[in-house]
Amino acid sequence: MDPTKTEGTEYFHRVVDCQWACPAHTDVPEYIRLIAQGRFTDAYMLNRESNVFPGILGRVCDRPCEPACRRGRVEDKAVAICRLKRVAADNRDDIRDRLPQAPHVSNGKRIALVGAGCASLTVANDLIPLGYECVIFEALDTPGGLMRTNIPAFRLPASVLDEEIAYIVDMGVDLRLSHPIESMRALLEEDFDAVFVGSGAPKGKELRLPGRDDTDRIHIGIQWLESIAFGHVSSVGERVLIIGVGNTAMDCCRSSLRLGAKDVKVMARKPRAFFKASDWELEDAEEERVEIVVNHSPRAFLIEDGKLVGMKFDVVEYEFDDRGAIRDSRIVDEATFPCDDVVLAIGQENAFPWVERGIGIEFDKWDVPIVDETTYESTLKGVFFGGDAAFGPKNIIWAVEHGHQAAISIHKYCEGLSLTDRLPRGVNLTTAKMGIHEWSYSNDYDPAGRRIMPHVDLRKRFRKLNIEVELGFTADDAAAEVERCLNCDLQTVFAADLCIECDACIDICPVDCLTITHNGDADSIEANLRTARLNAEQALYVSGPLKHTSRVMVKDENLCVHCGLCAERCPTGAWDMQKSTVVIPYASDEASRDQQLCQITRKAG
Amino acid sequence: MTSIVKPRIVHHGLSRNRLGLTIRDYEGGMSTLCAGCGHDSVTAAIIQALFELAVPPHRVAKMSGIGCSSKTPAYFLGASHSFNAVHGRMPSIATGAAAANRELYLLGVSGDGDSLSIGLGQFAHAVRRNIDMLYIIENNGVYGLTKGQFSASADIGTAAKRGEVNEQPPIDPVQLTMALGGTFVARSFSGDKDQLVPLIKAGMRHEGFAMIDVLSPCVTFNDHEASTKSYQYTREHSHEVMHTDFVPPMPGIRVAYEEGEVVPITMHDGSRLLLRKVSDDYDPHSRGAAIEYIRTHQRKGEIVTGLLFVDESEPDMHGINSTTGMPLNELGFRSLCPGKRRLASLQRRYR
Repeated sequence: MDPTKTEGTEYFHRVVDCQWACPAHTDVPEYIRLIAQGRFTDAYMLNRESNVFPGILGRVCDRPCEPACRRGRVEDKAVAICRLKRVAADNRDDIRDRLPQAPHVSNGKRIALVGAGCASLTVANDLIPLGYECVIFEALDTPGGLMRTNIPAFRLPASVLDEEIAYIVDMGVDLRLSHPIESMRALLEEDFDAVFVGSGAPKGKELRLPGRDDTDRIHIGIQWLESIAFGHVSSVGERVLIIGVGNTAMDCCRSSLRLGAKDVKVMARKPRAFFKASDWELEDAEEERVEIVVNHSPRAFLIEDGKLVGMKFDVVEYEFDDRGAIRDSRIVDEATFPCDDVVLAIGQENAFPWVERGIGIEFDKWDVPIVDETTYESTLKGVFFGGDAAFGPKNIIWAVEHGHQAAISIHKYCEGLSLTDRLPRGVNLTTAKMGIHEWSYSNDYDPAGRRIMPHVDLRKRFRKLNIEVELGFTADDAAAEVERCLNCDLQTVFAADLCIECDACIDICPVDCLTITHNGDADSIEANLRTARLNAEQALYVSGPLKHTSRVMVKDENLCVHCGLCAERCPTGAWDMQKSTVVIPYASDEASRDQQLCQITRKAG
Repeated sequence: MTSIVKPRIVHHGLSRNRLGLTIRDYEGGMSTLCAGCGHDSVTAAIIQALFELAVPPHRVAKMSGIGCSSKTPAYFLGASHSFNAVHGRMPSIATGAAAANRELYLLGVSGDGDSLSIGLGQFAHAVRRNIDMLYIIENNGVYGLTKGQFSASADIGTAAKRGEVNEQPPIDPVQLTMALGGTFVARSFSGDKDQLVPLIKAGMRHEGFAMIDVLSPCVTFNDHEASTKSYQYTREHSHEVMHTDFVPPMPGIRVAYEEGEVVPITMHDGSRLLLRKVSDDYDPHSRGAAIEYIRTHQRKGEIVTGLLFVDESEPDMHGINSTTGMPLNELGFRSLCPGKRRLASLQRRYR
């Protein structure tokens, strides 16, 4: 095999699994180290740079980082990354003096942002410090979008939401509440330099079955949650059926319990392996004694004398192939469940009745606007989409990343620059060696298990709708959990020309991930590894030829715990532990590059 | 806080041997030798070999004397018996241990100083008595613990780190052991585990004295350009004549090989050694021819490695002396103290 190219950004970034998996590329290991040092405010600010809403995301993020966490491959459970983010948010000092501010003089460009959700707020967060005037139009009388209307207060308290939104609005957003945009054509005629649509995916999916229109006790999940959030709904029947098993269904079933329901069932069409809800949301619902019924496919709503009395289901049996995918299914029985209310939580979609057709914004065959995946620009120049409005329902952290990228595009558009000529990502490496037997990070492998999040007592939590269930890590929990992080950003960097093939690194490696072997094709190298390759998605590093025997050093990145003992034991410094920092460009970086280019051109001229 | 202790991680990629143990169960304390020391690689090879042989750790007695090499038993088999003897006196202790408990696996680790200088006499008698043990000499040509003076195995012409050149002829443990009647003589290199691990396994299974001379560079005092025991010099000048594959006794398993290509040797416990000839003109059964071959190549500056001589027919110390078949601690009171009458009859034989 050819020597692995580690020079670009991708190799070392990928090794930091959590940061690679995070859509916004939050520098997880670095903020965990800051927490370990008690530097909560610094940890919060580092988070804010990439994910903008650390307090919110520290509670309700979809956590793509955690399934990716290397710790979950070495042992069983990932580092509680999300909960640690909340530790930083809970323990921070006042950070308002560390926030970027709008310059005294505006740059004269005005941006319209539709919807005051996480995507629009991120765009404003990135553009206001550059001098842009941002006007956010919000249909409701309060900002936050789906974060406020669809995430119940027992998971995300309003105070947390208000505080982090205020950080952005107070930079100087022109926030116009109760101001729904009813016509894109009219908006485009106003005096704006660019338009960003961050209006979410506000339409809950319908379930057209017999009896659907004969009662008012069937609710659409996301609209029902919104009604609860605004106090329009304050009770529910004793027996509630939730149709669907995604995260919205979990919020609906747990909200039902708080509104007085006694018997709540979540009805799933497929077996557990196919549930869309996150594991931890399922766990939390089941802890509250919600019953999840699998393999039941809805057939009809049962109405008697104009009153909803139950639902009829087909009981389905599935056949699976070797990979666990469904090969075939058949109906084996039917079942009836009595109920007083039904909540439909089977998905949502974006809807743009207010965007006129024929004004240059093209829609695809699913009636969704065509949006460029890099620039987030629609087919109409100067109109950008982000968040759920762009590519359908995802989650907050994706919406934040869309916002960052759209902000770059809007800046470039307003400056008349090419939208696709964007700054590349970078990786900086600095050695972590401080002296003999001294590294600049805590390299010891701590075998401690994942800390468990303390919850409010089951008897107490249902008394009010807004009692936050998760209490947050205690100081002891946080101190133990931070040590579980493997510091994957402390990279093992190898210099083939220094190696004398003494085997010291191979002998000391606690997870047997190093091998010196004769070079060959991928199969022959894999056959010679000290430990079988368990995860083909993880990189295999192959060095250049070693000087004594022309063999190669091979490292399977999969299980490396970044303990640094290879570098510690290396007599020639061929291995070194180097801290990698992934450089993610934001609109402000693009702006300072433009400024520098401008100066260079002026000097040259 | 920086830690330099190897953490014990039982990860998903670890395999288990016949006893259900992982390789971690054969490890010991943290090495305090210099980073890059060849001895640490020999330690790793011992761990690998004993794990693969599935030797119960508590059935092993580790024996050593004094020196960098003799420290290493602390770094493997943390759950075994161990005796760290006076400088050069390990062979006597090992002889006593072998006499007392013939069921223990004796594993001696010594160095060129401990075995070829202060302990040469002891070493010679252990070979002569054909003690049933594996005796590894970690040979680096210098006294590392006392800052790198030449040892008795330093080659003529090799230079110390500060430039002095050695002019005295070396004692070669391989030729010495052969001349003393050793029944299992091998040479290997700490940087070549493919060769060393099967040799350690074979040596553990050999009934009698198995000596492996392992060239194990001293990375601090003897790994420079003018050294003949550096990593680079050893790699460039070693010349493997016999590659050994170790096949454990497994009923029903047949190993396929071409006639003439491989010399099969059956060990006492039924395991087999498959010696693959790398050099056509080498015969591992002829003591005289082997010594001659090694000397000729030594003169050409070549270091001959592999299993150089093996003889499974010679009896070990217990065989020679017709000792009791059981460990002494398992003999009953009646056998150990047969009574006044038996003592008197024994004494009569000497009157």
